[in-house]
Amino acid sequence: MNTAAALPILIPLVLMIIMIINRSDTLARWTGVAGSLLLLACSVYLFATVRHSGILTLQAGGWRAPFGITLVIDLFSGLMLMAGSVILVAVSVFSVRFIREDCCNNRFYVFFFSLAMGLNGSFITGDLFNLFVWFEVLLLSSFVLITYGSTPQQLKGGVKYLALNLLGSLFFLAGTGLFYGETGTLNMARLAELLREGEYSASLNVSAILIFVAFGIKGAVFPFHFWLPASYHTPNITITSLFAGLLSKVGVYAMIRVFTLLFMHDQVFWQHLFLVVAGLTMVIGGMAATAQYETRRVLSYHIISQIGYMVMGLGIYTPLGIAGALFFMIHNMLAKTAAFMVAGLIRRVKGSYELMEIGGLYRERPLLAVLFIVPAFALAGVPPLSGFFAKFILIKAGLEDGHYWITAMAVFTAMLTLFSMIKIWNEAFLKKTPGNHPGINPPVRLNWIDLFPPAFLGSLSILMGLFAGPVFRFALEAARVLTNVSPYIESVIYGLSP
Amino acid sequence: MEVILAILVGILFTAGVYLLLRRSIVKFIIGFIFISNATNLLVFMASGLLAGAPAFIRDEGGEKIIMADPVPQALVLTAIVIGLGITAFTLALKYRFFQVTGTDDLDQLKRTDQ
Repeated sequence: MNTAAALPILIPLVLMIIMIINRSDTLARWTGVAGSLLLLACSVYLFATVRHSGILTLQAGGWRAPFGITLVIDLFSGLMLMAGSVILVAVSVFSVRFIREDCCNNRFYVFFFSLAMGLNGSFITGDLFNLFVWFEVLLLSSFVLITYGSTPQQLKGGVKYLALNLLGSLFFLAGTGLFYGETGTLNMARLAELLREGEYSASLNVSAILIFVAFGIKGAVFPFHFWLPASYHTPNITITSLFAGLLSKVGVYAMIRVFTLLFMHDQVFWQHLFLVVAGLTMVIGGMAATAQYETRRVLSYHIISQIGYMVMGLGIYTPLGIAGALFFMIHNMLAKTAAFMVAGLIRRVKGSYELMEIGGLYRERPLLAVLFIVPAFALAGVPPLSGFFAKFILIKAGLEDGHYWITAMAVFTAMLTLFSMIKIWNEAFLKKTPGNHPGINPPVRLNWIDLFPPAFLGSLSILMGLFAGPVFRFALEAARVLTNVSPYIESVIYGLSP
Repeated sequence: MEVILAILVGILFTAGVYLLLRRSIVKFIIGFIFISNATNLLVFMASGLLAGAPAFIRDEGGEKIIMADPVPQALVLTAIVIGLGITAFTLALKYRFFQVTGTDDLDQLKRTDQ
């Protein structure tokens, strides 16, 4: 059933319309949870179908491949759809109590689902211009969400976020237009075929670099990362955890997709560029994270440093390296969102995000300590958790291919990560509560709805570590499809399933 | 025609970048509009311009008709609509920003990221 390929876009669309009509707060919350669960079920089904019977394609409106818009779900898209839906489920449960904190409006869910639609759309589209459109859907919903409470802080953060991301979109559009002028098509499979046949090298680099800059801005890659730490700590923590899990990863997804499928020429140049950028992103993000004293800021800078690892996987460009990048992406989505949620819970309990003003949580809330230590150790890369295998695959791929510098950087950055996680641990959990900041009285009770989402994501991260073998096999298969593109081209253009 | 438009695109990009680098948010928005229109023109020109050639023709066979490429036109149409939506949002954001903070100066924003 190829029509099912449109479901990841249609379900959020319908839910969005329901949310616009709906006026009840309670109904909105539970429809949010139910809708995300439905999305998860649908993406699991699609992933199973793709794994069973090969790449799914849907020619929208019945127009044949190079002319119409094609939706393509290969293993990579399937994996990302699944990971994205898991984050959506966790965030929708988390939002049940948290979204009321400073903006008690059920309109949140309208933009929550339009964000989901943009996200899924960018994962499954097979057309470069269509990717731009989905990016815009994603961006506009995120603009609304990031300025949702309209506090001065949020508006200031929002302006910065908006400025750089809009510029990024224009770069993408310009790159796409020039690309069309050069090749005469925007269907990614057709482009991949054309680029492998003809001689296009020199002038294509203009659009390649424009598109690289655009995705670099969206993915918060050094030196385009400045918007991320300037804006991620301003909105409601639900929205921050949603963004932390999804937004910058879409940029990396698009980068991996486009640079494996289309820009194949000048391999050496791009590989070097990716590795240099990856190294700088890792180290600079990691170092900046160690200097911060606000939980959300530490974690935001830390997102940047983790993006470096994903770009490193792309830069290594062997199937193992790309598989490492995919594994890392999924791990990072889970662990990062969980870490931000725990930061929100700490705030709920202690009334502050500032590490100087909180403490003593280990004694007061042992359960919260466990919930924090799982994603923190996963991010740092401690063995039984998902982060260890993610880093291990990348480092192995780097050593096998002889990229010693970047591998050394990756190991060094892992240390920086460990340091910043231990810092949060020491300050928030181990240290005594500072005398001048007694916290909230009477103590806040956390119920299961608050604790469930980070626990859910944390246990997924543990499972991903324990069952690293099967997950890695999926990632490696997906990476093989990415590096050997002929099945992709055949199934899109000639309608063959491999 | 293409040369004139190419120069126009260049001028729009230059003016847009200049305005983006100013401190006022209103000027930033105008700069964004300039750059977005410059990009639209660039996309429009990407596959070459044919003055007076139709973008849609009847499929009658026989004689050859010179036909303009409709795809860039469709792309630009989409991009213009998206640009309109984004500009509207930016203006609303600017209005709210001014209401809440009472300033139009981007230098006042430094405190959110140290």
